[in-house]
Amino acid sequence: MNKYYLGVDLGSTTSKAVIINEQDEIIGRGITNTRANYSVAADIARDEAIYNARFSVLKKKLEAEIKANPAYNKYINDLESVFQYEQFKIRLDKLGEELLKTCHTFFKDEEVQEKMIQHLRNIRKSFKPVIKHDYLYNNLGAKNQFFRDIVSEKYNEEVAKLDMTLFEPLMTVWDKSISPAENQLITFDFKELVDKAMEELREKYKNLPDEVMDQTSINFDAELNLLKGNFEKVSDSLRVHIDEIAGLEFNITNMTGTGYGRALLPFPQECIRSEILCHAFGAHAVFPDTRTVLDIGGQDTKAIQVDRYGLVTSFQMNDRCAAGCGRYLGYIADEMSISLNELGPMAMKAEKEVNICSTCPVFAGAELRELTNLGEKREDILGGLHKAIIMRAMSLLARSGGVFNEFTFTGGVARNPAVIKYLSELVRENYGDKIKINIHTDSIFMGALGGAMFARRNMNLSLPTNKVETAEINK
Amino acid sequence: MSKNATEAIKEKSMVIQKDMLANLFHELSKTKETGKKVVYTFVPGNLTELILSFDMLPVYPEINALQSGMRKKSGAYIRDAEKLGFSEDVCTYVKCDIGMMLNGNIGPTGEKLPAPDLLLLSYTGCFTFMKWFENLERLYPGVPVAMLHTPYQEDGNITPEQVEYMVKQLKEEVIPKMEKVSGKKFDMERLSKMMTNSAKAEDLLVKILETAKNKPSPIDAYFAGVYYIGPIFTAFRGTDEAVEYYKELYAEVTERLRLGLGPVTPEGELKEEKFRLVVEYPPNWTNFREFWKIFYDAGAVIVASSYTKVGGVYDLGFRHNPDEPLESLSKYCMGCYTNMNLPQRVNLLADYVKEYKADGFLINSIKSCNSFSAGQLMIMREIEQRMEVPVGFIESDLVDPRYFSYANIKNRLESYFQMLEQRKIIMAQDAEKV
Repeated sequence: MNKYYLGVDLGSTTSKAVIINEQDEIIGRGITNTRANYSVAADIARDEAIYNARFSVLKKKLEAEIKANPAYNKYINDLESVFQYEQFKIRLDKLGEELLKTCHTFFKDEEVQEKMIQHLRNIRKSFKPVIKHDYLYNNLGAKNQFFRDIVSEKYNEEVAKLDMTLFEPLMTVWDKSISPAENQLITFDFKELVDKAMEELREKYKNLPDEVMDQTSINFDAELNLLKGNFEKVSDSLRVHIDEIAGLEFNITNMTGTGYGRALLPFPQECIRSEILCHAFGAHAVFPDTRTVLDIGGQDTKAIQVDRYGLVTSFQMNDRCAAGCGRYLGYIADEMSISLNELGPMAMKAEKEVNICSTCPVFAGAELRELTNLGEKREDILGGLHKAIIMRAMSLLARSGGVFNEFTFTGGVARNPAVIKYLSELVRENYGDKIKINIHTDSIFMGALGGAMFARRNMNLSLPTNKVETAEINK
Repeated sequence: MSKNATEAIKEKSMVIQKDMLANLFHELSKTKETGKKVVYTFVPGNLTELILSFDMLPVYPEINALQSGMRKKSGAYIRDAEKLGFSEDVCTYVKCDIGMMLNGNIGPTGEKLPAPDLLLLSYTGCFTFMKWFENLERLYPGVPVAMLHTPYQEDGNITPEQVEYMVKQLKEEVIPKMEKVSGKKFDMERLSKMMTNSAKAEDLLVKILETAKNKPSPIDAYFAGVYYIGPIFTAFRGTDEAVEYYKELYAEVTERLRLGLGPVTPEGELKEEKFRLVVEYPPNWTNFREFWKIFYDAGAVIVASSYTKVGGVYDLGFRHNPDEPLESLSKYCMGCYTNMNLPQRVNLLADYVKEYKADGFLINSIKSCNSFSAGQLMIMREIEQRMEVPVGFIESDLVDPRYFSYANIKNRLESYFQMLEQRKIIMAQDAEKV
């Protein structure tokens, strides 16, 4: 039987899970927003990783066929996306139940109650097809794909269309309902959802126009043409493989929990490990020549030096203040009323970097308004802000001993193109052109990957206290 | 190890020390009746024997501050000093002391501390000390001030000229002022006699601290070490009591060593020594036990620390010498840890890592302390490169509870201990392969 290893990184903003096989290859990734209930966040991330692992096992199985027939790849990707939609739908139903429950307890007047419920029904009716379409046609792209973010955005849009007097009651109902809905751990039946997803896809492809309207998207059209005619064939020939992976038992042999909330994970003590070690180990595994790691996460920045084994020799973290971390960017995005993912691309358009004196997020908000008032362009302000973040990281790097070749950048913030731009500039400026900078597409998963790798090596710590005798890790 | 122990387990020597301190503070509270004169001075470069030879009593403001910190009183004192206009960035020992004074100058034992009859600034290596005494001078108008200018060991050694310069100051500035305040003539013979006791206690202290070279170490040279240095760094050096205390302590420690026992923690004996560390900087006082617990829970023992040398680096060989009392007081003042130059400090710490077979080197960076902070990153890098041991860095403060972030410190220390643990595993695996 194949053995798999799980790493869960419970960060301050997102919770990540990675499953690896015995060759240290990532076969499943799961990510969700961290919420008040840490245990649920960890479980959701883990379940997501297991679902994702099923799809990647499927792809691995069909490696040869996929090469010969690109339509298979397209189909499997679509299937995974719609599968996620099926999960989303179930959670949306749970949210609906919570909203109803809140309405019943919150509005004492029956007439008001009925009116509100009708509004909620209308809201749901109008956004459900939009979300379905986004999932089916992969339109969620750059946005956050967490349940809370997706529904909040749509809900807010719909509420904004209604009369102002409804804003407060509808938002109150929302605030009281979203967390209970989000914190329910739902066990999904993979087989059932995948069947439903295949049905949805059948509908999608059946209804595709015979002719391609937009001539510019050539690649997409090519794949589309491949599928248009033979989706029945593709789907039928994959059926048996899909059934097989649906029945596959994922035996998690060992696991490691890490991250800011690791102490709260329902893991045995010896399966808990510091995120500093995990990030370093993960980064070193992906880029074995790594000597310096910079990790910018939700609430802390870590500058880590590692040796040739991937072991940490020293580290420095921001203390007392979390300016310059992911949450800081989130705050700035809120101030500017744009999404977190739009920040970086907008900053990339900067023609100059406005000098931002303060990197305290609260003060930066005030500075931002003042600079806007003075006529500075948003792009240039954002350029300055991104540069300021990197300046802080550079000082932390210096404190940890400097940047040595190779330099690997990890964490959620490593997705931001402007951060990468300024980091590369400043690293080269301070430590020379010879430094190789590594940034992996899975950078946000490095901590979880390192955790999973520790789990595979079974390098459990045996600190003398708080030992838990039995480790129930097979799930 | 009992998890819920609220009452700390104490060694016999700790009880003796507690009584010594209680008696001192009681004596201080009675100076109005006894007519004894009081000298306010500092631990680094203290002239305890000289003060005692005039039958005067010393008060150490920084000891009072750390005691207030341990008794959870410092937060309110610091707030009061800030209300008076002291900035957030001023050393918290100073603010705690000023705050204590504003609140009636009640000492750690609950008894009132007398006002000073003499302000003796015997160590000028810390600029804050000078400013501190300038403030005390204003708070106690008319009290005489004696200042001893201590040359820094810029070139890494103490020259005969420097000693001569210090002795001159003692003769012309310090001693005449002490004679005037106490109304007594300076008695060289008495001072010399005390120094015989000083050297005895110093010998014993070195032996005690050096037992940490054994594996497992019978002592924690930092968390327990701060208690061990108490009598010798403060009011008792040169007394018979101090010698008795160190004899008792040495007997205890050698017995532990003979039995192969680990250090005594507030929750009992440490059963398994997992990591041996050298620590630079003072500990945090406001959360001392919580701080210590993070270490002993992980089986981390501090085998050597620079903080336990702030009142004398006796392991480098210095002893008070009855044959040249004034010269040895001078050398003592110039030889305290923070008066050593940075290469000397690095060498000393590197030697500690080697001689005490440490697994790692840790800095507890103190927001308040300039004397310690200068060069901290350089020291860390040097030790890391020269000794090839993992280095750790945490941040807290002396007595300002606002700067002790338990979660942050625990997170960093846990990571650090895991780092050390893993290194051991990998190195062991590597050794097996070979």
